[in-house]
Amino acid sequence: MSQRDLAIRAEGLVKHFKDVKAVDGVDLEVPAGTVYGVLGPNGAGKTTTVRMLATLLRPDAGNATVFGRDLISDAASVRSQVSLTGQYASLDEDLTGLENLVLLSRLYGYGKPAARSRAADLLEAFGLTAAGGKLVKAYSGGMRRRLDIAASIIVTPKLLFLDEPTTGLDPRSRNQVWDVVRTIVGEGTTVLLTTQYLEEADQLASRIAVIDTGKVIAEGTPGQLKSSVGAGSIRVRLHHADQREHAQKVLTEALAGEVAFDDDPVALTARLAPGQDTAEQGSHALGELARAGILVDDFSLGQPSLDEVFLSLTNKVDA
Amino acid sequence: MTVTQPNTKSDVDAPAPVEKEHLRRLLATGERPAAPSAFASARAFAWRSMLKIKHVPEQAFDILLFPIMMLLMFTYLFGGAIAGGTGDYLQFLLPGIMVMSIVMTTMYTGMSVNIDINKGVSDRFRTLPIWRAAPMVGYLLADVFRYAAAGAVMFGTGLIMGYRPDGGAVGVLLGVGLLLLFCFAFSWLWTWLGLITRSEKTVMSISMSIMFPMTFLSNIMVDPSTMPGWLQPIVENTPISQLVDGVRGLFDGNVDSASVVTTLIWSAGFIAVFGFLTIRAYNRK
Repeated sequence: MSQRDLAIRAEGLVKHFKDVKAVDGVDLEVPAGTVYGVLGPNGAGKTTTVRMLATLLRPDAGNATVFGRDLISDAASVRSQVSLTGQYASLDEDLTGLENLVLLSRLYGYGKPAARSRAADLLEAFGLTAAGGKLVKAYSGGMRRRLDIAASIIVTPKLLFLDEPTTGLDPRSRNQVWDVVRTIVGEGTTVLLTTQYLEEADQLASRIAVIDTGKVIAEGTPGQLKSSVGAGSIRVRLHHADQREHAQKVLTEALAGEVAFDDDPVALTARLAPGQDTAEQGSHALGELARAGILVDDFSLGQPSLDEVFLSLTNKVDA
Repeated sequence: MTVTQPNTKSDVDAPAPVEKEHLRRLLATGERPAAPSAFASARAFAWRSMLKIKHVPEQAFDILLFPIMMLLMFTYLFGGAIAGGTGDYLQFLLPGIMVMSIVMTTMYTGMSVNIDINKGVSDRFRTLPIWRAAPMVGYLLADVFRYAAAGAVMFGTGLIMGYRPDGGAVGVLLGVGLLLLFCFAFSWLWTWLGLITRSEKTVMSISMSIMFPMTFLSNIMVDPSTMPGWLQPIVENTPISQLVDGVRGLFDGNVDSASVVTTLIWSAGFIAVFGFLTIRAYNRK
């Protein structure tokens, strides 16, 4: 990929906080015009990475360019390309929604009347007109997120950082945020989105970097990541919890694949080896369980989810 | 396409759905205007502080009530003991107590900076292409407005109690102007502290331990000539004493130009040193 088509090119980013290596050599290549997902558990280094790329933190080592501009020597120029929606709403809670947007519009350089009309337009587009006169501290989580994203597109950025935009939101608000993200990307803005929800990355991102303990441990399209794990899986819920070990043994023999216990004390999941036919293996497994006298409450076949990808990459299956 | 949906219900807890068409249009028209000037961005931040006073008027109470309390307490409780009469003492005390109570309220600036910096909103400010000092200068401009209000309230109370400035309106305005300038300059110490300390409580306790000796080791309450000989040169030369001499001279109509100049030098020094430290700390956050 040529340099020109990259929104972000980061090499070996490192950031320590005292003795803790929050980010330990992160490389990223984010193609322009797409949603790029940075996926990882709490404390993996996602926020620190984003804060470095948004010029809020200076990397201890490594370097990055944003649309070809150097993150460190040309920070002001990077700032004119990006916009950030932080993990904790980047809004002033003691002002109203309208005042927040007017203030920020003024700070972007809009004159007073232009700032007011831009702010009112944004409130309307985000369905917040009725709440515009209320203090932000009275907003629900979903409304804050919307206002926060509205503030990030006062000036349409070339690159938008969204740090865990749906953490803590109810499903309806989450879907609305997803719609907004898709619309923003549709208009040509590149979005770098961090999330701890695999479904979210799967839904939105065209490429994903999986981060754990400050390092990128896998990178690719959602499809590539899934196929790196296996062809599919079979999940079984048993009627009796005490039959689980027996069931594990039976399934391991029947499927020649890895069979792991779920967190659910009556469930286990068998991961099929690549190339195996999921349906065929499924019927076979069910027959074997019945022959062994194991009662099954629920039985499902599935493609590997990103959850499995994630867990197998971070080795936290039994943690 | 502008389809204004009939507002079914203005329930704040259930916001209207996002209008994708409208959003697309806004994205297409979001060109970047020319960046605001340093002054315009500082003014926008000052506006923000003023809005906060509007939304949380309680916070203005202590800034206005505290000075009046100080004035009443010191005049009527200590006036007789220190100066043998409250009338004469008020004449001596008012400029000093005005300096003391307003300079003491400057430390709230450090606390608000600290509260701000620990919230997400400062992240947004720092990704904006604006003058780096604008948020701080904005704060201080709004604070200067509060100090002016506090000064006016104190002066009004003093007039009612019988205070008469011999320097006239011009002397009083110049005196208050000198005080406000000093407060603006001195506050950079607090913005710096607000940025480098961990919590607002730490800011508070450090500020207190600076402010109390600084204001009491001065000529505000008593004439330094009543103090032990070794203490006098120290007390007479603190920035607060110099400021009080300057303000008192302007109010009384016998201007002590040496103190005024010294105060201006102190002010320039505070801005140079702590302004620099503040911006450096802000950039490193």
